[in-house]
Amino acid sequence: MTRLQATGATVAVDGGRVILDDVSIAFHAGEVHALVGPNGAGKSTLFGVLAGDVAPTAGTVRLDDADLRTIPPRELARRRAVLLQTNTVSFPFTVEEVVRMGRAPWARTPAEADDDRIVAEAMQQTDVGALVLRTFPSLSGGERARVALARVLAQSTDILMLDEPTAALDLRHQEDVLRIARRRASEGAAVAVVLHDLNAALAYADRATLLCAGRVVATGRPQDVLTAEGIEAVYGQPVDVIPHPATGVPLIVPRR
Amino acid sequence: MIVLSLALVATVVLSLTLGQYALSPTEVVGVLLRAVGIETGWAPVGPADGVVLDIRLPRIVLGLLVGAALAVSGVLMQAIFGNPLADSAVVGVSSGAALGAAASLTFGLATFGMWTTPGFAFVGGLIAVFAVYIMSRSGGRTEVVTLLLTGIAINAIAGAGLALLTFLGTTATREEIVFWQLGSLNGALWQNIALVAPLVALGVVVALVVAHRLDLIALGERTARHLGVRVEGLRIVVIITVALLVCAAVAFAGIIGFVGLVVPHLMRIMIGPAHLPLVVTSTLGGALLIAIADVIARTAVPMADLPIGMLTSLVGGPFFLWLLVRTRRRAGGWA
Repeated sequence: MTRLQATGATVAVDGGRVILDDVSIAFHAGEVHALVGPNGAGKSTLFGVLAGDVAPTAGTVRLDDADLRTIPPRELARRRAVLLQTNTVSFPFTVEEVVRMGRAPWARTPAEADDDRIVAEAMQQTDVGALVLRTFPSLSGGERARVALARVLAQSTDILMLDEPTAALDLRHQEDVLRIARRRASEGAAVAVVLHDLNAALAYADRATLLCAGRVVATGRPQDVLTAEGIEAVYGQPVDVIPHPATGVPLIVPRR
Repeated sequence: MIVLSLALVATVVLSLTLGQYALSPTEVVGVLLRAVGIETGWAPVGPADGVVLDIRLPRIVLGLLVGAALAVSGVLMQAIFGNPLADSAVVGVSSGAALGAAASLTFGLATFGMWTTPGFAFVGGLIAVFAVYIMSRSGGRTEVVTLLLTGIAINAIAGAGLALLTFLGTTATREEIVFWQLGSLNGALWQNIALVAPLVALGVVVALVVAHRLDLIALGERTARHLGVRVEGLRIVVIITVALLVCAAVAFAGIIGFVGLVVPHLMRIMIGPAHLPLVVTSTLGGALLIAIADVIARTAVPMADLPIGMLTSLVGGPFFLWLLVRTRRRAGGWA
């Protein structure tokens, strides 16, 4: 089932430079869908368009068959949660207060009764329980990223949009995040995730879309999209794709 | 909060006892109770009723309202600018409002009857706060340096306007304009309070209603929007409320600086940054700060009434410096 869909999305900035050119993409329930591509490919712009932050110059975005712009903000916040790359908090709120802000769209609804349980679960999944009384500005970059993810999970939506959720994290927490995304998808959520780590896309995504210069180069199963030829053509870096000795999952290794 | 309320009541009673015509706290309470129809026998005979009810009380009540208005306007501005340095006097909103008020006086305007001066103050404050907001925001965040520089520019422009009006005015209006720039509660009347009180009440109620949304704004505007906040609408409501509160404070008491900076900051240290309790405690804290400052203004120099704006700046200026030094030490400054 298609949950989130952009059709012919185009974004041109002042001066006529086109940073997103006629992009059509669909995100389905039960799938992790990775957006990959080199720097400047338009991943963040596409992410902004899908999240409703950037108004496309042409094209439409639909969420559950309604135009994204016609859905009231609170209603939208109960259906999809967004994790941005950078997460700041301008006053010294505690970690627990920040995670609890994820419950804001559910205030004064019956779901409010589950707030405590959901906040606790989100903090446990993201391994931030030990930080609960710390203030957000006192945390390290990786800790902030995990708290922000906990806030997004606490929003309890079945559409998740994650912009480079692994960027600031150490190895184990990177894998944790991808496992959480995977689990949410297997529970029925549609997960859109921008990734730089192509091997993570191969290991965790059901579908991948490769962007370059504002256009979709390829979309499909990760192993079909992320081929040695395709990667070299887009990134300008020769790579070898070899099967993992134990699992057989393809591994991308830059040729050095 | 209970502590703040008790301190507030104690300060008000103390303040009512002080002055050329000294009264005891029981006499003051007696007068107040008699005024609401409860006869206790504590109230003295003589001019005490008039002194308390017509001279001291309006001044103190205006002070409480002004303090609450300034502190809450500080909370609101800091929330939408995402920065604890935003204060109506620092960024020029107060001087914008003072310029509006002074213009109505100098040109003898009375278009809206008794609402004329506050009305012009509101317009002046609104223009200033919009200007600051538009200038200092880019890409959903506040550039702190631009925020403060915009404040300097707006203060300079309003200062020039006030200077021009002072030059153009008669001796009487000149005196009034000077009084605005110093800030003073002297000569407060019940009519002024009847006008200011509803504005302040409205401003505080709006602040309480939007408090939870202001918490989400602390996550940044994009994220607040993703959590269901209509950011653009909220921003406009908050800016208008700030102008309303500042005009209520400035219209009859002039520029009283730094209350909006000091009070929310102290409250945040004590109870944390969540906006709902912050608005409540800042309302009380702002009222308390002005009540105390007013006691000092009336008693520090015998037979003289110091400008209260001078006193709050005397405390607020060093506090502002301390805030700068502390932030520099922690995070290398704001730039």
